[in-house]
Amino acid sequence: MTFEQGVFYSLAGVTVFSAVMMLLQRNPVNSALFLILNFFCLGGLYLTLNAQFIALVHILVYAGAIMVLFLFVIMLLNLGDDKRLTEHLGMRMYLGIAFSVGLLVELLYMFGFNTPSSYTQLSPASAEMGTVEFIGKVLFTKFLFPFEITSFLLLVAIIGAVLLAKKKIVQ
Amino acid sequence: MRARRECLACREKKVMIPLNHYLLLSAFLFSCGVLGVVVRRNAIIVFMSIELMLNAVNLSLVAFGQFLGDATGQMLVFFVMVVAAAEAAVGLAIIISLFRNKQTVNIDELNILKW
Amino acid sequence: MEISPVIEALIKIIVVIFFILLPCVAYLGVQLERKLSAWIQNRVGPNRVGPYGLLQPLADIPKLFFKEDIVPAAANKFVHSLGPLISLTIAFSTFAVMPFGDTLPIVVNGVVHNISLQIANVNIGVLYVLALSSLAVYGITLSGWSSNNKYSLLGGIRSSAQMISYELSLGLSIIGIVMLSNTLQLNDIVKAQSGYYLFGFLPNWNIFVQPIGFITFFVAMFAETNRLPFDLPEAEPELVAGYHTEYTGMKFGMFMLSEFLAMFAAAGMITTLYLGGWQAPYIEYLNLSPFVVSLVQVGAFFTKFALIVVFFMIVRWSMPRFRYDQLMNIGWKVMIPLSLLNIALTGLFILKPIHTWFN
Repeated sequence: MTFEQGVFYSLAGVTVFSAVMMLLQRNPVNSALFLILNFFCLGGLYLTLNAQFIALVHILVYAGAIMVLFLFVIMLLNLGDDKRLTEHLGMRMYLGIAFSVGLLVELLYMFGFNTPSSYTQLSPASAEMGTVEFIGKVLFTKFLFPFEITSFLLLVAIIGAVLLAKKKIVQ
Repeated sequence: MRARRECLACREKKVMIPLNHYLLLSAFLFSCGVLGVVVRRNAIIVFMSIELMLNAVNLSLVAFGQFLGDATGQMLVFFVMVVAAAEAAVGLAIIISLFRNKQTVNIDELNILKW
Repeated sequence: MEISPVIEALIKIIVVIFFILLPCVAYLGVQLERKLSAWIQNRVGPNRVGPYGLLQPLADIPKLFFKEDIVPAAANKFVHSLGPLISLTIAFSTFAVMPFGDTLPIVVNGVVHNISLQIANVNIGVLYVLALSSLAVYGITLSGWSSNNKYSLLGGIRSSAQMISYELSLGLSIIGIVMLSNTLQLNDIVKAQSGYYLFGFLPNWNIFVQPIGFITFFVAMFAETNRLPFDLPEAEPELVAGYHTEYTGMKFGMFMLSEFLAMFAAAGMITTLYLGGWQAPYIEYLNLSPFVVSLVQVGAFFTKFALIVVFFMIVRWSMPRFRYDQLMNIGWKVMIPLSLLNIALTGLFILKPIHTWFN
């Protein structure tokens, strides 16, 4: 087993483990912690794909901003008190599990066994493609219009979040 | 020593992990996300499962992009991240206002739109 | 004598941690802070242990080790222990990309080995530092939550809101530098600050080129490191000790250590990005050998670094704390517009350099 394989399979193992543990935890803070671990491993996997910029931005955006927001909300609402949130699971849980396992089997069949791709190596251009310079060039030429639209999307999100979370002033 | 450093940077020639393994991992993570959305009742955990699904797709997009040598994959991931950030902000605001009105985040009890 | 990169990196890590960071924490941090606060408040300060009280840190650390480690009964035990570990790990990690000097030429058997005085010269160093500073909030928030104490929780919530708000201006102020130096590699950013700026004698440091960015970065770094006047997460008069109220013994010591390390990381980043890092001005007129030049440059880095640390401490012991609404107002209504203005001005000056304005 080469060094790259060792890195990939250990990262993949931790990713799978933390994803499963996230689902099994009752306490939302523990779930959030496992999801953060998952995002770290995904960042590592992006590095194995030579996508440095995406890896770092992934950590910055997901682990550094989005998950902090989640934790902030969980603490603000004091959701750690998990006894109040009884989860009634019966028939629907088995249906849900059956559905997800069906989806998993279908995806695995498609990717893994039915049409295995012939790509076994990263493209030679991949090291250059992961750099900030390359991404900046592509982003500000070919994808300029979507990029500008995302700024509009973020503006809308800011307005929406402020409107929703603002307390109603009682007259 | 410098030459050896550069060789470390260009070692993608030797990487032996096929694209399929990334796709299988991504498929597994996506199914985990689906399972969380379907089974869990806590709105925050459902929301986190959605983030997990987005990330599973991101992984396969980056893998496709880097194996095929096409920048579009990474660009799409970039935009997905922006959308996820916007979604987290609005979604958490919705959860906060729901909690303020109903004192719960159990999505089974939030059935006022159902009739 | 060829050393493999892994071993070289390991040696550098050990040297940086045990011969730079820990002595810095003990003397530049604990000792100097106590002495300086004493001088500012017209006291004497620690002077009993050893000559001039110089052995005080060595007495403090065993004391912390031997104290009882109390975990509150209602606390989430695992997360309670995880909090200080996260803080400490992240505080140490920033130094992995910090350029303490350029390269040190060492001659072995007549062959010159240029040893880079930076643990890892990654080409996304700035992003790495930003990512770490955005992760630093976890240690504080989680320990605040897991203590199951209302003061700790308030401290944790305050810190997550504060750090998210100030990260924005932190990142936005660095963009001006990245625009000027066209790189995210910290060593290259330092190299881009060589030469002289106006009038031929002012060094081309970013503090002179980007004054607005320097101010916003400096203030944001204060907020990120939770030092006064931004120490809302541990405001003693309001929150007992904030997020580390329920920590004792070495866990508390780890928080202390990581706070000092975060301050050093902030000082190091300010030095690297704005004060020319290891650049020692006018050194090229002295005709020194490359080895001596390199040592002088390391000395220059640490001099600037120590000055910034002392400045941090003077501010801490002479400023009152902001109120929470004032903190948020400064963060969102002053810092972010200023750093955006800095980006716009930088773009303007790059498109039309100042010497082309009048002809």
